[in-house]
Amino acid sequence: MKDVWTLSEQHAGKLKEVSYELLARGRALADTLASNLCAIVLGNNMCEQELQTLIHHGADIVYYVQAPCLEEMVCETHANVLEALIKRYAPHIVLSAATTMGRSVLPYVAVKVHTGLTADCTDLAIEEETENLLQTRPAIGGNILATIKTPHHRPQMATVRPKSFRKLQIDTARTGTIVNVEWDPAWYDGRVQVLGIREESDVDGALEEADIVISGGRGLKKRDNFHLIETLAHSMGAQVGASRDAVDRGWKSYPHQVGLSGKTISPKLYMGIGISGAVQHLAGIKTSECIVAINSDEHANLIQVADFAVVGDLFAIVPELLRRLAEMDGE
Amino acid sequence: MHIVVPIKQVPETSNVQMDKESGTMIRSGSDAIVNPLDLYALETALQIKERHGGKITVITMGPAKAIKVLKEAIAMGCDEALHLSDRAFGGADTWATSYTISKAIEKLDKVDLIIAGERATDGDTGQVGPGLASWLGMSLVTYTSHIEEITDSYLVAERLLEEGYVKVKANLPTVLTVVKEIAIPRLPTLKGKKRAMKMEIPLWGAKELACDPNNLGLQGSPTRVVRIESPKLTRTCTVVRATDEASTHEAVDQLLQFLADKNLLPRRKDQ
Repeated sequence: MKDVWTLSEQHAGKLKEVSYELLARGRALADTLASNLCAIVLGNNMCEQELQTLIHHGADIVYYVQAPCLEEMVCETHANVLEALIKRYAPHIVLSAATTMGRSVLPYVAVKVHTGLTADCTDLAIEEETENLLQTRPAIGGNILATIKTPHHRPQMATVRPKSFRKLQIDTARTGTIVNVEWDPAWYDGRVQVLGIREESDVDGALEEADIVISGGRGLKKRDNFHLIETLAHSMGAQVGASRDAVDRGWKSYPHQVGLSGKTISPKLYMGIGISGAVQHLAGIKTSECIVAINSDEHANLIQVADFAVVGDLFAIVPELLRRLAEMDGE
Repeated sequence: MHIVVPIKQVPETSNVQMDKESGTMIRSGSDAIVNPLDLYALETALQIKERHGGKITVITMGPAKAIKVLKEAIAMGCDEALHLSDRAFGGADTWATSYTISKAIEKLDKVDLIIAGERATDGDTGQVGPGLASWLGMSLVTYTSHIEEITDSYLVAERLLEEGYVKVKANLPTVLTVVKEIAIPRLPTLKGKKRAMKMEIPLWGAKELACDPNNLGLQGSPTRVVRIESPKLTRTCTVVRATDEASTHEAVDQLLQFLADKNLLPRRKDQ
C-alpha cells in the first residue's frame, strides 16, 4: 500500500478550497503510484454531503475524525490525531497546504513520527525508479528552486503552497468510502485553549486564497489615495494587498502585507500598483500565475518579473481603468 | 521567567540587486545578519522581561561567524547567549536542527517560554520553531501577533490566521512563533554593545549535548536536497507607456485585452 494522504482544512464545518487543491495534487501522485488517495478531515458535526465533496474532487477514502474539540485547530490535539492515524495506517505520502494550520501541525507531527518534511512546495512528482516523492520549493526569496526528497523515512511529508495548483473538475459520479475514525479521548491536549476569533473588519477573505490580489505601494503617496486600490480591487473581485512600505506607513493593516515579512501568495493575477518591487516583495509574489505592474519607473524591479506593465502615472491610469471597468458593467 | 530565543544568522539581503540576465540575487558580500524575523522574537522577549522580570537566553546554531548575531542580541538586552557549533551539526535539515537545539535547551535552567521568529528569510521553512516544541513536548502557538496577558502560569495571545485574529490561552511552558506585527524591534544600545563585546559566549558541540549522534547534521536529516536550480525568468513582459490622455486610454485598452485573453477579468453581470 502506498497511500497518498491530504490533510483537509475546515472552518465552521465548511471545507476550505485548499482541501480540494490538495486533492488535485494528491490525485496525480496516487495515479502514478496506483494507490489510494485519502483525505483526512478533523472536525465536529460535519455533514456527510460535505465529506462527499472530497470524493467528488478526487479522494478514494475519507478518514473523518469527529470531536467537539476538533472544531477549532489546536496544534497539539490535531498532531496527536494525525500521529495516531499515521502509525495505524502507514501512508506513503502526507500532504497539507502551506497554511497557518499545515505549517504548524506538520512540523510537529514530522518530529513525532521521525520523518522529513519539506515546506511550501510548488511542485511535486514521483521519481520513477524509487517511487520517492520529489518535492520542489523556492528558497532564498524565490531565487533558487530546490528539489528535495525523503529517501529512507516514511511517510514522506510536504506542505504545498496554496493556489499553486487548481482543483479538479467536480465529478459527482465518483464513489469512495467515508471511514468514521473513533475518537480516542487520549488525543485531547488541553494546554492551549481557543478563546475566540476577532475577524479583521477590513479583511473579507484570506489573501493567500484569493484568485486576484491587487497591491499598492509607496507610489500612492498618501493614505487617502489607497482607496484607489480598494475600489479597483472591489471592481475586479480581488483582495487588497500592500507593500511593506505601505503597511509601515499605516496605509493598510499588517494582514495585507505581501512579501518576506508578510504573506507569500500565488494568485492567478497579481497587480502591483506603485510598487517598485524590493527583493523581499518579489519573494512573496514570484509564483503568481500572472503579474501586472503599474509604475512610473520603467526600471522598477517589479516590471522585470511582470508579464504586463503599464509605465506611467498611476493617478491617470487607475482612474481610467476604473472608468472602463464601470463601462463594461454598464454594457 | 526564563525565556529562550533561538535565532539564525542569514545572509544580508536588504541591498540585493537582481541579476537581469539570470534572474538571481547578486549578494553584496553576503554579510551575516540576524534573521530579520527573529528581531521580532527578540523584541517580544525583551518586552516581556521588562514587564515581568526574568532572564533571556539567546541561542544559535551555525558556523563560527554566527557568534556575531548572538552579540547583537546581547547588545539589544538579552542576558545570556549560547553558540552551538560542531562539524557534526553541518548539513542539518529542520528535523535535525530542531533536535540539536532542543537538546541544548534541555540542558539550560528550566524554560518557561521559547519565542522564535516565524521563519528565516533564507531557508523560509518555518519548521524549526514548531519542531522545537515537538521535541521538547511543549505546546505551540504559531503566528502570534499580540500578547495580551502573561503570568507565571499562562499567557493569552492573538494569532494571525487566514480567517482573522484568533485569541488563545496557553499554559506555560509554551513555544511562540511571532509575526512582524507583534513588536517594533529596538536598536542595540551603546551599553549593550560594550557588554556584548566583553562577553565570553559558551560554545557547545555534540559532546556537550546529551544527544544521539545519529540524529545530528546531514546524517541525521531525513530529507536530502537532490537538485538546486536558478529559475530563469521565463516571463516576457509586454510594456506599454501611458504619457498623456490618448496613450493612457490606449494602454488601458491593451491591459484590459491582456486580462481578457487570460480570462482574468471578472465575469460581468450580464454574462
